[in-house]
Amino acid sequence: MGKVVLKLGKDISTDDIYPGRFMATVLPTETPQFCFHDRTEFNAQLKAGAIPAGSVVVADENFGCGSSREQAVSTIRGHELVIVARSIARIFLQNAINLGLSLVICPTIEAEVGDELELASGKVRNRTSGREFDAVPLPPARQAIVDAGGLIPYTRKKLLELPARS
Amino acid sequence: MGMTVVEKILARAAGVPAVRALDIVEPRVDLAMSHENAALVINQFNEIHQGTGREPKPWDPDRIAVIFDHRVPAEGPKTATNQKLIRGFVARHGIAKFHDIRGDLGGICHQILPERGYVRPGFVVVGTDSHTTSHGALGCFAFGIGATEMASVWTLGVALNIEVPPTIKVVVSGRFQEHVGPKDLILHLIGRLTAQGANFRVLEFHGDTIAAMSTSGRLTICNMSVEAGATGGLVPADAETERYLRQEAGVTGPLAPVRPDADAVYERVVEVDVSRLEPQIACPHTVDNVKPIGEVAGKAVQQIVIGSCTNGRLDDLEIAAGILRGKQVAPGTRMLVFPASGRIYSQALEAGYLQEFMRAGAVVMNSGCGPCLGIHQGALGDEEVALATTNRNFKGRMGNPKSEVYLCSSAVAAASAITGVITDPRAGGR
Ligand code: SF4
Repeated sequence: MGKVVLKLGKDISTDDIYPGRFMATVLPTETPQFCFHDRTEFNAQLKAGAIPAGSVVVADENFGCGSSREQAVSTIRGHELVIVARSIARIFLQNAINLGLSLVICPTIEAEVGDELELASGKVRNRTSGREFDAVPLPPARQAIVDAGGLIPYTRKKLLELPARS
Repeated sequence: MGMTVVEKILARAAGVPAVRALDIVEPRVDLAMSHENAALVINQFNEIHQGTGREPKPWDPDRIAVIFDHRVPAEGPKTATNQKLIRGFVARHGIAKFHDIRGDLGGICHQILPERGYVRPGFVVVGTDSHTTSHGALGCFAFGIGATEMASVWTLGVALNIEVPPTIKVVVSGRFQEHVGPKDLILHLIGRLTAQGANFRVLEFHGDTIAAMSTSGRLTICNMSVEAGATGGLVPADAETERYLRQEAGVTGPLAPVRPDADAVYERVVEVDVSRLEPQIACPHTVDNVKPIGEVAGKAVQQIVIGSCTNGRLDDLEIAAGILRGKQVAPGTRMLVFPASGRIYSQALEAGYLQEFMRAGAVVMNSGCGPCLGIHQGALGDEEVALATTNRNFKGRMGNPKSEVYLCSSAVAAASAITGVITDPRAGGR
């Protein structure tokens, strides 16, 4: 992991991450331009390439609540940002796992913009403050998809186990 | 040990005798619904098949539904092209449960599924839309998924690695006051539970208030269960469910209602008495920022919206038309009405409600999602305030991050249209 580049409050909705008015754009190759679009300054930095891959967005509870739009995940993944949140809403979490977005659920995380975070053996270490916070492991059902490299390869493997349909 | 409704449904769909909360199952899917985001589903579906030598054919076209509602008619070339691509896919694979942009068959997905009898008690329903929770109103387990997960369902016909959600039992008692109803109940409950209070849980609704509630009202409360984070909302099927499916949805053949066991294990029980409940308002910018109307009455609003999958049904239009009868929409306020489906549009036309709206100065729009998600039809200006019967008030939800959205019932929306300020619809209320 890297440096915290954005610190967010609780209940950050998918409308905040990827506003509905850009939903006609669906392909993961095209969604990154609208990432946190209405946080104008942050979006401009992203588009200027000023935010290195592996940078961290820290959020409070219930990150990604609201709509099921997968653009909210692909847009963040396109910039290779890492999400460290106190908790994550269900559909967003599942979409993130399905698409291979890096995220860590860390119920007590405390970090400020500019802090350096690192992940080591189930803990998030804030190198700037020197404090450590426990991360919550994914439930086994979700870990299996992560281990397969996402839902597309996971499903592909299951498809090949089925007898071919005529 | 007994099972809750969702446990029974998932056990049956997974082909096992019993499941418990937090077990992992792979239930077969009875209905898989998408809207315009089918464009992304198709993309992911093709990607799954790439390099496998298998033809990208959906597992069962009869169990797939595709409904155009989010951007109808298309607001721009990108949407129109996506819709064209989806039409081609649907035709190629013989997907009959396809609802194009039409005055007879069209409408919002969460209205089309129940009114066409596509969802039944005991079903496992998935939809690429978070408000798929709505269909729990018919006694099924219905939940929202992403486009890639839907591509997986189209491929395999099962939902993979599903964790059986623990159930919260919600017992609702008492009779609503006049002009107070299901929307006020669910807003109140979300305020109590908070936006994440039911995360990864199912809300199973019980009590005499629910027993007396129409399927329309049940759709409202199950629809918004997701605003408390719930995976699903669920009303166990009863006589009203059967009445709705037979009389309104035209379903024939046997139904298989699922009731919870008497000794089902609930994570907790929440009780609500609605007899003294006031009209409720969700204030910007979170749905759980709920206040009784007295605390926000008098707030000036520039746009009133009646519609959406939450409150765009015939009873909502009837209530609003009744309040507007002989009155006018206040100058400086505009009112938009979106019947939830073409069928409801026709019914409201025949009943004279649409005439009433137009005479009062409201604009009657085509059925669909309208401004609910801020793409087209009724965007807000900077610093403008909307009062809507929709289900989300997140910053920017109606297309402009510099505007505000308040959520309410259709009774509050209609009463407020007359005054131009948030107004209590109860007699003498203000
Ligand atoms: S009416 Fe609004 S909430 Fe309902 S499906 Fe359409 S966009 Fe979603």
